[in-house]
Amino acid sequence: MSMLNNTAKTYTGTATSRVDGRAKVTGAAKYAGDFNAGGLAYGAVVEATIARGRIAQIDISAARRVPGVIDVITHENRPKVADSDEAWRDDVAPEEGSPFRPLYDDAIKFNQQPIALVVAEEWEIARYAASFVRVDYEKQPFVTDVYRKRDDAIVVEKPDRPRGDAAKAFAAAEVRHEADYFIPTEHHNPMELFATTAMWEAGGPLTVYDKTQGVRNVQQYLCSVFEKKPEEIRVLSPYVGGAFGAGLRPQYQVVLAVMAALKLQRSMRLVLTRQQMYGLGYRPATIERLALGARRDGTLDTITHEAVGVTSQFEEFSRNDTGWSALLYASPNARYEHRVAPLDVPTSCDMRAPGAATGVYALESAMDELAVALKMDPVELRLRCYSDRDQNEDLPYTSKRLRECYREGAAAFGWDKRKVEPRSMRDGKSLVGWGMASGVWEALQMPTAVRIVMTANGHAEVSCAASDIGTGTYTIMAQVAADSLGIPIENVTVHLADSTLPRAPVEGGSWMAASACHAVIATAGEVRKELLRLAKLMKGSPLADAVEEDVTLSDGKLVGRRQTERGVSISDIMRHGALERIEKEKTNEFAEDKAHARNTHSAVFAEVKVDEELGVIRVTRVVSAVAAGRVLNPKTGRSQVMGAVVGGIGMALHEETIYDHGLGRIMNANIAEYHVPVNADIHDIEVIFVDEPDALINPLGIKGLGEIGIVGVAAAVANAVYHATGVRVRDLPITLDKVLAGRQAA
Amino acid sequence: MIPFQYTRANNIADAVRLIAATSGAKFIAGGTNLLDLMKDNVERPTTLIDISRLPLTSVEETASGGLRIGALVPNSDLAWHPLIEKRYPLLASAILAGASQQLRNMASTGGNLVQRTRCAYFYDTATPCNKREPGSGCSAISGVNRGHAILGASTSCIATHPSDMCVALVALDATVHVTGPNGARAIPFADFHRLAGDTPHIDTNLGPDEIITSIEVPAKGFASNHSYLKIRDRMSYAFALISVAAALELKDGMIQEARLALGGVAHKPWRNPAAEAALRGRPADEASFAGAADLLLRDARPQAHNGFKLDLARRAIIRTLSQAAHGTPQSQSNKTIQ
Ligand SMILES: Cc1cc2nc3c(=O)[nH]c(=O)nc-3n(C[C@H](O)[C@H](O)[C@H](O)COP(=O)(O)OP(=O)(O)OC[C@H]3O[C@@H](n4cnc5c(N)ncnc54)[C@H](O)[C@@H]3O)c2cc1C
Ligand code: SF4
Repeated sequence: MSMLNNTAKTYTGTATSRVDGRAKVTGAAKYAGDFNAGGLAYGAVVEATIARGRIAQIDISAARRVPGVIDVITHENRPKVADSDEAWRDDVAPEEGSPFRPLYDDAIKFNQQPIALVVAEEWEIARYAASFVRVDYEKQPFVTDVYRKRDDAIVVEKPDRPRGDAAKAFAAAEVRHEADYFIPTEHHNPMELFATTAMWEAGGPLTVYDKTQGVRNVQQYLCSVFEKKPEEIRVLSPYVGGAFGAGLRPQYQVVLAVMAALKLQRSMRLVLTRQQMYGLGYRPATIERLALGARRDGTLDTITHEAVGVTSQFEEFSRNDTGWSALLYASPNARYEHRVAPLDVPTSCDMRAPGAATGVYALESAMDELAVALKMDPVELRLRCYSDRDQNEDLPYTSKRLRECYREGAAAFGWDKRKVEPRSMRDGKSLVGWGMASGVWEALQMPTAVRIVMTANGHAEVSCAASDIGTGTYTIMAQVAADSLGIPIENVTVHLADSTLPRAPVEGGSWMAASACHAVIATAGEVRKELLRLAKLMKGSPLADAVEEDVTLSDGKLVGRRQTERGVSISDIMRHGALERIEKEKTNEFAEDKAHARNTHSAVFAEVKVDEELGVIRVTRVVSAVAAGRVLNPKTGRSQVMGAVVGGIGMALHEETIYDHGLGRIMNANIAEYHVPVNADIHDIEVIFVDEPDALINPLGIKGLGEIGIVGVAAAVANAVYHATGVRVRDLPITLDKVLAGRQAA
Repeated sequence: MIPFQYTRANNIADAVRLIAATSGAKFIAGGTNLLDLMKDNVERPTTLIDISRLPLTSVEETASGGLRIGALVPNSDLAWHPLIEKRYPLLASAILAGASQQLRNMASTGGNLVQRTRCAYFYDTATPCNKREPGSGCSAISGVNRGHAILGASTSCIATHPSDMCVALVALDATVHVTGPNGARAIPFADFHRLAGDTPHIDTNLGPDEIITSIEVPAKGFASNHSYLKIRDRMSYAFALISVAAALELKDGMIQEARLALGGVAHKPWRNPAAEAALRGRPADEASFAGAADLLLRDARPQAHNGFKLDLARRAIIRTLSQAAHGTPQSQSNKTIQ
């Protein structure tokens, strides 16, 4: 790569252990709820127990009388906060609607809505006192079941001009498949609870440690909500124990913690309970309808994809869900439409590969059903519909190696030994099934700034407001900095997730790797320029006539790109210039390119074994072949994809937020009853990174790996369950009772 | 969680005296169930009497050839105890099918018996529940009841008992030894837990001031032909949808004696002597097993969401009995069902 030097050791692209690994495993890494301050007060949240209505009366007197209670804040006695929707609209908020404002007024909009904050000297006291808050409600009718609102859902996404006439082509198609699929509400359940520690200091700024994927977003939001100047609030989030999208928007605990800290002029800690985490955002339950029409040769004539997803009554959240179907495969006719059903629940939000995890599950299940109808191998069907152009925009891709994903994934899996007929492969009492699916996600990049401070001893400090939510951002930034500054990785320190650091977007959408690493390269370029300027001033400098393009940093030296023996060490340059440090800050710049589509792709192959009599399902093998441009760190990258595959297995077999729609309450709001896969559910996972050079997308050819790993996994598992049993379960999760019911119906 | 007093019992007599003298007091052993319920405000004891240091941690042989298991033997220790592994592998297997390693390390033998249902409404004080608040109604009957009872349910409660260990203990004809203000007594395991009836708030026949001191298993351990099969929504760390404990005594392929108990189906570990009697004297084959399953499930009635349990229970019974008959008990470490 032109922007990287040719030193013997390049970190970029090499498996590198996490630079923060030691801090994490030794407990030295501090999370939002771990920070301490003198005189810390503790909060406990009281939640609404009805789905909709208003608070007729709230009695806090008994709670206040509990010794050790400092204050009880409700909508009746809260301090003043901003009154406009704009002021409450954070960077990730939907454009439409009125963002939720905790403790704002007497309206109850969803079950588990916070209605009071008890502040006490000890957390236990706060929690105990919270049980004394008495509330009388005026209840109103509510709906929490998306099926009851399916017909009244509002259109949020629909292309202006559908491609061709999908309905007509469907009616005329030689082979047709049409079905409904369903993905239930899912909650992120990151290991770390949502927490805020707000450090109050007389005359100083309020320092807020928050669990978030974007400190800048939270900082601007808090300033806006509490009508503060930017320098009055600082937000940090040095480590995040998983978030999966739940931390993109500021959550209510940060508002309550800051509200109490400002009101009481005391440092505050508020940690939500696991149960309370179910009162936050979630992956919206989505009803998906697919209609595919094809010719007997397996070429698609028409694709229709319609979806109805859940949102709240006060904000319209949705992500591209149905558009993927029209994008991915060649089809002369395509129509898609996404609608949202406003229910009496919190606003839904991003969860790993939002929209694609759900929409592509439906698409890839439907494609499998089409392959069955055509009696065609599922990989073959996808190759017949393969497209080298984004079908929605009719643009070529910067790169697309999905064909290689199919090939390499199938080879590693042993796909050629698959028997086509369902129920035709066995292992003892189990039926064996092999299924596959494609995955697709977008490759985005955002403006991001980085500061580098280079010191004469050859160390560099790299700073950026970006968060590392466990994905490895610290590590890849250190790798790229080490390479572009020509120093060992041990000499690089990365500082992240502090709102006073150079600007970065929220960590999400898989855009952080490309954005942050190119900001590192751009800033390192400024450092190099400065070093060259100084080097030229040196007497008898071997670089006296060198120009910027000719030099690179390598092995602690500024050297000629072609003649590496022509060079000066960084410390000599700086000593000569009498400089202790060089400090540069720059924002990445990406060339505007409207002529190409940018996407990542994958092919997922899954093996399941299903006990024929008992319906018990095990996913015994998964091969995920991913084409995502250049992989910066195969070690952390592989972990990303493996974790995502586990998430996909959970989506297929386990995850479901269970509502009692009569009460409008979640009945499994804990991680004993909300099932995610445990170790015993996970067997072999093989990750293949398909070589995908991409000289168009950005200088390093990076696309991002955060989401692509989960897309398609649920469909591959569902398709494998069908292949094993002959039973098609379209409603996730695929529990054994659904498989047994399908057998009986057959 | 509400504030409570904490005291530690020094011996059994002390424990009984303390609990009788303190209204609203509860024993705490491993705390794995009680503390969760206290955090959710479901249990609100005024005083916790810590019995975890009482000398009830031994496993001893009895004169009649059985074993007496102290009420405070941790679940893990019991499962890996050499005498249990060798002579009562059914019990070891059932314990290992439950909870997680960490929980089993904390959980006690006595506490496992007295653990409360996992019905979600029972845990959620914002909903009506007759077991938590007698007379308030049963939310599960008209609500989410996929995990609920199919046998012996009442119109006031359809909850199930969640224990795995207890399913093995009822199959093994265990006895529960308890001590109260009036001295010690023994309760046959099958009589220890109650059906919900119209008093679902009372789970067991343990007196309010009684302490479990030990569990006794008789000599017969069915070590050669047994199996514990647990069907659940994930491979570990999930409560049973259905579980089956089966034990057989065979001679020339004929069943001399059979034990058959179900978990996840009723307010108590479920056992029906008629089904076992029907197996006696029959060949150990699928037809016999199916007959026993049908008998056992004759009175089963589904709730709105758990109709699948009837058929699943039948299949699971047949599978478990055949695992037992073949001497190939279900492994709890390799979760593959043979
Ligand atoms: C997440 C989770 C998953 C679980 N999964 C399973 C599972 O799959 N299968 C399974 O079987 N179990 C499971 N368990 C339950 C676990 O087995 C029980 O919580 C445990 O056995 C209780 O024992 P303990 O000593 O901790 O009881 P404690 O919590 O201390 O006490 C429970 C009750 O028993 C009473 N008590 C305790 N000892 C005595 C005594 N000697 N005499 C009289 N009363 C007594 C207490 O007063 C209290 O009412 C799970 C628990 C959790 C939290
Ligand atoms: S089944 Fe029993 S425990 Fe559950 S809600 Fe009904 S009464 Fe309560």
